[in-house]
Amino acid sequence: MLLEDGTRLDGEAVGAERHATGEVVFNTAMTGYQEAVTDPSYNGQILTFTYPLIGNYGVTAEAVESDHVHARAVLMREAVNERPQGGGGWLDWLRAEGIPAVSGIDTRALVRHLRDRGAMRGGVFPGDLPEAQAHELIEAEPSMVGQDLAAAVTPDAPITIEGDGPNVVAIDTGIKSSIVRNLSERGCRLTLMPCSSSGQEVLSRNPDAVFLANGPGDPAALGHVVGTVRELVGKVPVFGICLGHQLLCRAVGLETFKLPFGHRGANHPVKDLSTGRIEITAQNHGFAVVGPGGDRTLDTDEPVRWETDFGAAELSHLNLYDRTVEGLVLHDVCGAGVQYHPEAGPGPHDSLYLFDRFMEMLAHA
Amino acid sequence: MPRRDDLEKILIVGSGPIVIGQAAEFDYSGVQACKVLLEEGYEIVLVNSNPATIMTDPEFATSTYIEPLTPDSVAAVIEKERPQALLGTLGGQTALNLAKALYEDGTLDRFGVELIGADYDAILRAEDREIFRQTMTDAGLRVPRSAIVTSMADADRGIQDLGLPLIVRPAFTLGGHGGGIARTRGEFHERVSEGLNASPIHQVLLEESVLGWGEFELEVMRDRNDNVVIVCSIENIDPMGVHTGDSVTVAPQQTLSDRQYQVLRDQAITVIRAVGVETGGSNVQFAVEPSSGEVVVIEMNPRVSRSSALASKATGFPIAKIAARLAVGYALEEIPNDITRVTPASFEPTIDYAVVKIPRFAFEKFPDAEGSLTTQMKSVGEAMAIGRTFKQAFMKAMRSRELDAVVEPPADTEQLLTRLELPYSDRYELLFEALRRGTGVEELHARTSINPWFLGQFEQLVAAERDGELAHRKQLGFSDEQAGVSREQRIAEGLRPDFKSVDTCAAEFEAQTPYYYSSYERPSISARGAEVRRGSKPSVVILGSGPNRIGQGIEFDYCCVHAAMTARELGRDAVMVNCNPETVSTDYDTSDRLYFEPLTVEDVLEVVELEQPEGMVVQFGGQTPLRIARSLEQAGVRLLGTPVDSIDLAEDRGRFGAMLKKLGIQHPPYAVAHSAQEAVEQAKQVGFPLLVRPSYVLGGRAMEICYSDDDLASYLERVIAGAGKSVREEMYPLLLDRFLENAVEIDVDALADGEQAYVAGNMPPVEEAGVHSGDSACVLPPLSIGSDMLEQIRAQTKALALELGVIGLLNVQFALVDNDRLYVIEANPRASRTVPFVSKAIGIPLAKVACRLILGQRLSDQQLPPEEETPGHVSVKEAVLPFQRFHGSDSLLGPEMKSTGEVMGIADDFPTAFAKSQAAAGVALPHEGSVFISVCDTDKPAATQLAARMHELGFRILATSGTAQAISHMGVPVQKLNKIGEGSPHVVDCILAGDVDLLINTPVGISARADGWEIRRATVEHGIPCITTMAGASAAAGAIAAARASRPQVRSLQELHGLRPEPQPSKPKRRAPKPAKA
Ligand SMILES: Nc1ncnc2c1ncn2[C@@H]1O[C@H](COP(=O)(O)OP(=O)(O)O)[C@@H](O)[C@H]1O
Ligand SMILES: Nc1ncnc2c1ncn2[C@@H]1O[C@H](COP(=O)(O)OP(=O)(O)O)[C@@H](O)[C@H]1O
Ligand SMILES: [Mg+2]
Ligand SMILES: [Mg+2]
Repeated sequence: MLLEDGTRLDGEAVGAERHATGEVVFNTAMTGYQEAVTDPSYNGQILTFTYPLIGNYGVTAEAVESDHVHARAVLMREAVNERPQGGGGWLDWLRAEGIPAVSGIDTRALVRHLRDRGAMRGGVFPGDLPEAQAHELIEAEPSMVGQDLAAAVTPDAPITIEGDGPNVVAIDTGIKSSIVRNLSERGCRLTLMPCSSSGQEVLSRNPDAVFLANGPGDPAALGHVVGTVRELVGKVPVFGICLGHQLLCRAVGLETFKLPFGHRGANHPVKDLSTGRIEITAQNHGFAVVGPGGDRTLDTDEPVRWETDFGAAELSHLNLYDRTVEGLVLHDVCGAGVQYHPEAGPGPHDSLYLFDRFMEMLAHA
Repeated sequence: MPRRDDLEKILIVGSGPIVIGQAAEFDYSGVQACKVLLEEGYEIVLVNSNPATIMTDPEFATSTYIEPLTPDSVAAVIEKERPQALLGTLGGQTALNLAKALYEDGTLDRFGVELIGADYDAILRAEDREIFRQTMTDAGLRVPRSAIVTSMADADRGIQDLGLPLIVRPAFTLGGHGGGIARTRGEFHERVSEGLNASPIHQVLLEESVLGWGEFELEVMRDRNDNVVIVCSIENIDPMGVHTGDSVTVAPQQTLSDRQYQVLRDQAITVIRAVGVETGGSNVQFAVEPSSGEVVVIEMNPRVSRSSALASKATGFPIAKIAARLAVGYALEEIPNDITRVTPASFEPTIDYAVVKIPRFAFEKFPDAEGSLTTQMKSVGEAMAIGRTFKQAFMKAMRSRELDAVVEPPADTEQLLTRLELPYSDRYELLFEALRRGTGVEELHARTSINPWFLGQFEQLVAAERDGELAHRKQLGFSDEQAGVSREQRIAEGLRPDFKSVDTCAAEFEAQTPYYYSSYERPSISARGAEVRRGSKPSVVILGSGPNRIGQGIEFDYCCVHAAMTARELGRDAVMVNCNPETVSTDYDTSDRLYFEPLTVEDVLEVVELEQPEGMVVQFGGQTPLRIARSLEQAGVRLLGTPVDSIDLAEDRGRFGAMLKKLGIQHPPYAVAHSAQEAVEQAKQVGFPLLVRPSYVLGGRAMEICYSDDDLASYLERVIAGAGKSVREEMYPLLLDRFLENAVEIDVDALADGEQAYVAGNMPPVEEAGVHSGDSACVLPPLSIGSDMLEQIRAQTKALALELGVIGLLNVQFALVDNDRLYVIEANPRASRTVPFVSKAIGIPLAKVACRLILGQRLSDQQLPPEEETPGHVSVKEAVLPFQRFHGSDSLLGPEMKSTGEVMGIADDFPTAFAKSQAAAGVALPHEGSVFISVCDTDKPAATQLAARMHELGFRILATSGTAQAISHMGVPVQKLNKIGEGSPHVVDCILAGDVDLLINTPVGISARADGWEIRRATVEHGIPCITTMAGASAAAGAIAAARASRPQVRSLQELHGLRPEPQPSKPKRRAPKPAKA
């Protein structure tokens, strides 16, 4: 494992026998490794698990967030290939998916390095590859900032999942199965559109609401999607999760910025400012939305309002770790977004209520 | 929500003596609570009967009461102190039951005391199994099916629809006492009748068995705003059927997928809400069927618990501290996480290592006790280890136990496997042996139901034993010895552990709290020890006492904590090394740096290497640090205080004897034997009765009194030859002492600085010598001893202290025969079990003073009061014994220590103090009723006088024929009872029938030491006070008289010793400060 700053950690190759490069990030959740690597938001990234034992309970067909692995490679302290009855081995599966993986490296040292220096590019390479060569490969890897990775994970043609409830059209920048499941369970008829779709195409399906999905990469690089969303806001209710939240915010004229090393885990406390309740949330994002007055971290616990191109936005959710914006509602038009993952998968279920809130807003919209 | 300003004074109740199921963890939680609530500016009133606790140190409360934890005495404290609130969720089951009782008898109402933490209804919903089941069912959760029975008849009906095996649970007994697993009809009837007896309301619950399911615990916290977080998940490696306290457990859980885990998380949250614990921590236990994933709720404890202490140490999240703040109004988000300082406590810790807790058993001390593990807790202590992987943590935990009984697996593998089908304390040794012999994971899973994942991990460890590179073995957590290298070789190979910190957040944030564990990693980018925040101050390493066990318990942790405080006072960094998660010493607040490591030479040396300390203190941790002291010194560690050689001088009989001769001090005739046959010859020289034991033992292990050659022969047969061969070597040389009959034993604690000595207290026991000093009640000041004798004792103690070159503490045990002949039984140049008791009785913190001497101060600098300035009050220490837990064990006291804990009674006069100590020990003496007396001939005269006294006090006298005769001669009315041999209705029948309220039974000689067994057993089962010495008996009579005369007064330590609590630091910030980053 080599980082762009020359940091090198040797381990045992336990995955597919290829090299891989990408942005090296870490996730602090203690369970849910299979869901994590299949989450499209990890596209283009090399995922380090801070929990040392990965693979303990094997893999199953259910525990996936998409049809294949999106992480480019996996870094672990101790990989386990346990094969429980009714399940497969984690490493067998990674190999079958063609994903390189390294075991036995001092992940804690690596995480402390990334925490202090920030997320950076890196790669995993066979031991016999000369370091200089490895370095070139890393340099060839574009930086996360300004990268449009949505194109890589969006469907080529619309997909519809029937339902007898409201007609929801999602702009699919890499939507997680858990989100689809939660919407379907609540009766939504869901159509997943390629993120190249125009506002017209979306509206032509006369949606009751537009849903902006999670996904990989830098929202700033998705100008075309932002444009599309801008056409929709005010015409139909628009909701976003994670990247979708960022796209919505940019569409109404708010800024996003790159976090030093992102939020990736299942234990971040988020405060719902409308109820004062604290939720333990699943998170997976490297960028965040700038708050009122250009503040990246907020001093207030109040549902403050600030102006957007579409009227007032109201702060609805706040991260109690670093006090960044975790969610907002648009006041003068129907729209809202959260930065974290209420659908969990993996992670705690504290925030599932947001899907119900979503349904209510639709009912009243 | 802000701090509650309507409260000013809060009453905190401790958990009383250390008993199986309630140990030091409640001192840890109590101390945390006291600290923060004082910081918050509240007045704290503390009640606890256990003097060996840090929480009962005067500086941890505004007023500290060492009183029995009974409704009466706590009510007396309430009446005197008038607190506005009672926080009852930090003192274990004891405090919870007390809170319940004080609510029910109207005391709380009468004095307007509010229950904070958990209110009465919540306590009831969690503690009353029936209401709990209903609450769970209403909340849509599954609990095991069950039936309540009050007689054998309905029990047989119950068995119809539940089937065997099933679980028998008596209603309202502590720690499941009297319950158990019934696999056969025979066991079923046995358990049910036991259960009915054990239950105060003659009620048992029959419960559907989920034996073999996975057992999981979640530690949950809730605040006033109904925010709930899960602090930690704990998985029991031993499946359902072995009490969590006896199980090897691992945190976080290892074998559940995210989906399965989230189900438990959701259910745990439902449970705490349904039970309605308003604020604080709770422990929820689940059983999970491995293949179907079906979940049942087993129980919830609406309070901090053993598991929450474990969870706190495992994650760095101080549950008790935060629970205390929540109880006085704060919300989780308003409390900073003091490990990161920049984030609030309203989060769920995530960890990047594995933690293994392993129980420490003491069956070797109760040979006739049944050794299988069931639903009743039997372990006496535990060790915890942290490693980067499960295997590392497990191997470290195994070596942290300091076993002194070695396991010998059956040679026949089929036998081995059959034995594995029932869990015993040696289960893991046997599992490893089975793997070594090639038994596969499937087979072992079939036999034990242990999750294959764990068995797979064990298999890998065993594989590495066979072949594996050194580096690999060290990464698996092998000790140098197990890895087959010397320390030098390993270092030569460049293999050293790194030290990582426990930070609640898997390194996502910078950790401020210096709490570390070692781990072998591959060559890494971080310099060795990069995470350790070592300032420039000189540091002093303090070795803790490891897992609690009988003979070495909380008293030693108490001393270690004092050593740490003192080192800090004197401008050093206190560095603690210990592996016991229950303790105050392993609270990261106690020292400047905490290393959670096994107390072995190898592990300690790695810490020393990194710390480069000024020196190390080994005399506070009991025998554990002494065992390794010499090797540490040889490896170049500078030991502070009493030189190592003095330890040897005191323990080596030859050298010690010579020293005593030189000083002209008497000791009982003795001999040292290196073989059985030599023992027999030597016995003639020394003369009977003989006290025989192996050398180098603490707590009088394997010690027996022999009255004849036959006794000796049988001892050599049973104990020595009986022991495993690996132990047998260590048993020699054998020590033979002339056993001094009807001698009084005097325990002395003294301080010395190498030139001067100070005798702090000498305590004659209530029982005669022959009962281990740790098991006998003792008194301060020594009322029964004449002043010249005291002078002589002081003189001899000082002579010993100076001759041994003691710097710090010295404990000497004397035996006094006929009030004029004084013998030294033993001298321990270290802190003793009685240090906390003496400190609290005389109001001088002995351990602190000792530590100052160790760090170079002189006795003359200490402004100590004149020696033995008799305090204006009497203190009695009483031992608490675990016989109830050990089915079939004899409750007779002897030279081998058996008590798990101690209590203290303080009053103006001896009888009242003694009465308090008895009440505190849980065997409150009766005020009326009938007393049964059966004594040996030598005791008959004393017995008749006793009978007369009891008769005056209005007691009915019962006695066996011989004793009865003697008594009636005195003209005291007495009813004769049959001996067991003489047929029913005999003594035991009467006891079972509840016709006996107090029992006095002194045995004669070795033969009689076996007699009366059934009598004593019956009293133990029924919790009737049973006194086995005449001295104890007359003390009891006095106590009964005193108790009837007047209601005991309560006085706080601060009053007794004219102390003021130390000024507390100002209140902390309300809300978590804004983060530095981003
Ligand atoms: N229905 C059951 N079937 C099998 N084992 C059980 C059952 N209920 C409890 N146990 C075992 O008994 C132990 C003690 O039971 P628990 O309800 O926790 O009582 P305690 O209050 O003593 O902790 C548990 O840790 C578990 O291993
Ligand atoms: N020679 C003796 N005569 C009578 N009782 C003795 C004698 N030696 C020891 N004992 C009893 O045995 C107990 C344990 O002996 P001790 O030497 O203190 O061992 P330990 O190291 O376990 O404290 C003592 O407390 C005392 O009651
Ligand atoms: Mg329990
Ligand atoms: Mg319990």
